Amino acid sequence: MREVEIAIVGGGPAGLSAAGIALQTGATALLIDDGQHLGGQLVKQTHKFFGSKEQYASTRGIEIARILEKGLEGHPHLEVWLNSSAVGYYPDGVLTVLKDERLVKVKPARLIIATGAAEKMLAFANNDLPGVYGAGAVQTLMNLYGVLPGRRALMVGAGNIGLIVSYQLLQAGVEVEAVVEAMPKVGGYWVHAAKLRRTGVPILTSYTVLAAEGREWVEGAIICPVDERFRPIKGKEQRIEVDLICLAVGLSPLSELLWQAGCKMKYISQLGGFAPLRDGNMETTVKGVYVAGDSAGVEEASTAMVEGRIAGLAAATSLGYRIADAQRLKEGLWAELEMLRRGPVGQKVREGVKTALINQDSDS
Amino acid sequence: MRIVQHPILTFARGKKISFTFDGRTLEGYEGEPIAAALHDAGVKVLRRSIRLSRPRGFFCAVGKCSSCLMKVDGKPNVRVCIEPLREGMRVETQRGKGELIERG
Amino acid sequence: MLEKDGVPTQDDLASIAPSEERLAKGPVAIIECFQPIPCDPCYDWCKRGAIEKFRDPTDLPQIDYERCNGCSLCVIGCPGLAIFIVDQAYSEKRARVVLPYEFLPLPEEGEVVEALNRKGEKVGRAEVLKVQQTKQKTTLISLLVPQKLAMEVRFFRRGENG
Ligand code: SF4
Ligand code: SF4
Repeated sequence: MREVEIAIVGGGPAGLSAAGIALQTGATALLIDDGQHLGGQLVKQTHKFFGSKEQYASTRGIEIARILEKGLEGHPHLEVWLNSSAVGYYPDGVLTVLKDERLVKVKPARLIIATGAAEKMLAFANNDLPGVYGAGAVQTLMNLYGVLPGRRALMVGAGNIGLIVSYQLLQAGVEVEAVVEAMPKVGGYWVHAAKLRRTGVPILTSYTVLAAEGREWVEGAIICPVDERFRPIKGKEQRIEVDLICLAVGLSPLSELLWQAGCKMKYISQLGGFAPLRDGNMETTVKGVYVAGDSAGVEEASTAMVEGRIAGLAAATSLGYRIADAQRLKEGLWAELEMLRRGPVGQKVREGVKTALINQDSDS
Repeated sequence: MRIVQHPILTFARGKKISFTFDGRTLEGYEGEPIAAALHDAGVKVLRRSIRLSRPRGFFCAVGKCSSCLMKVDGKPNVRVCIEPLREGMRVETQRGKGELIERG
Repeated sequence: MLEKDGVPTQDDLASIAPSEERLAKGPVAIIECFQPIPCDPCYDWCKRGAIEKFRDPTDLPQIDYERCNGCSLCVIGCPGLAIFIVDQAYSEKRARVVLPYEFLPLPEEGEVVEALNRKGEKVGRAEVLKVQQTKQKTTLISLLVPQKLAMEVRFFRRGENG
């Protein structure tokens, strides 16, 4: 059994940020990730981030991953386990990790769950054909390994991910025939929609995909406008020739460990699914178990980094580590979150987070 | 197909190596997921579904679904979307659930 | 309509357009950022104080066209690729439009390309005046377009002689 002060599951923006601040206080941390590299989804982001200076605005996701990782590199109080899956958390506070094909037991004094999110699926005919990919898979293939996922693509979903990945497909040299979105409005930032549209990619709102066509892999797709109740309008079906159908129809928090830990969970549609109740320290209803990033509720990488810092700071200070002006720092981080969630585009998340927050007055 | 030039990214590829897919010799880069090398070679069907024998390909890329299970060096049910490619690997299409092998 | 199809309306564009007199004077930034999103780096990128300090990052950017000299720094910094430079004083017949470009291959200087509007439709021809690569990997492409298309052309496509 390995005893550690703080175990962090997930080396994406939230986990890296949590580790960064925890180490700064003097705590020791074990960072566990099931991938081959740290950075999570950041390493696939070719676009410059929004936000303000504090959240690395104008810097590309891939650069941010490098900055966060560099800040931790070689730190004597940090251990990193890659290719390692945290598969179980038990009532006695033991975390089991599948590492090098062996099950390793870890007993952390504090646990930060920053596992991110999983992609949602969409029901349509032949959606199991090779060539129907999640947006994340397309990004992995082309932005991490430099392999083209196809030649001509249909993007399903005009949220930020759908718009951003469409642009990334163009950057990789793939043609994007259209972006379809069942909602009557573009869900992502308008600037992403505009930069895609001016290259000539049509963005079709109130449109859906009805079927993938092809025998062994995707050779075409049937798209169709929908009415205000999302029913396909008969006779308006169109066939487009594509060899790639990319799904960007939303994410839901990856919450298995939170359930296993016995955290009180709540279905919050604005956050993408079941999310844990948490307080102003990002601590769940189970003492010593913290959450940050998309696993706390699906949002942006910028908010994940801030939540990670809040959780890392709280976990470390609860172990007795000190940092100058901790209270001011925490208030500043909450102010950053509040700023990032402001305005009409943040409304959904604001509502969701409000229902997930507990013990607000007593604790933050 | 590989991306030859990219406006933002540079790809740090490993050594070029060869491996076999159902007996056919293919090339790929050491350390990249097996599925990436197969995709580059135009191999899109990675296995068949157990009951209806429908084609299955790459899907989640993070080892979370079971769309890409293949037989690698005799071992069944390997998630090729995350399994790193090594020189001389024997990659095969898996039939059914995959036979159990003796552990050495 | 931006929220329907990614194309700003004439009203959107009118709300940010500099005056005719200002346009006639020379290069100026056109900030096509119409949605209150949490974002403010254009303020930091402008070294001339032409973009007002954001009271709140979700405010829309406010630009002082008299201070702006069209230097293009904000074009490089804007994560939304939403800022363009328009110079109607370039010559009597032609205006210069600078746009951010994140694709390869880059066009050649002197090349004639198809000039595209905000919908990606061909509206005419443009000549590539300058291709300026930056450390940030956003390349600035200066196009020469007919004067009447200065507020229309926002992208281009390489083709056979445009
Ligand atoms: S073009 Fe230059 S002067 Fe004008 S707003 Fe942009 S950075 Fe400022
Ligand atoms: S940097 Fe660009 S996207 Fe951000 S507020 Fe300024 S103009 Fe808008």
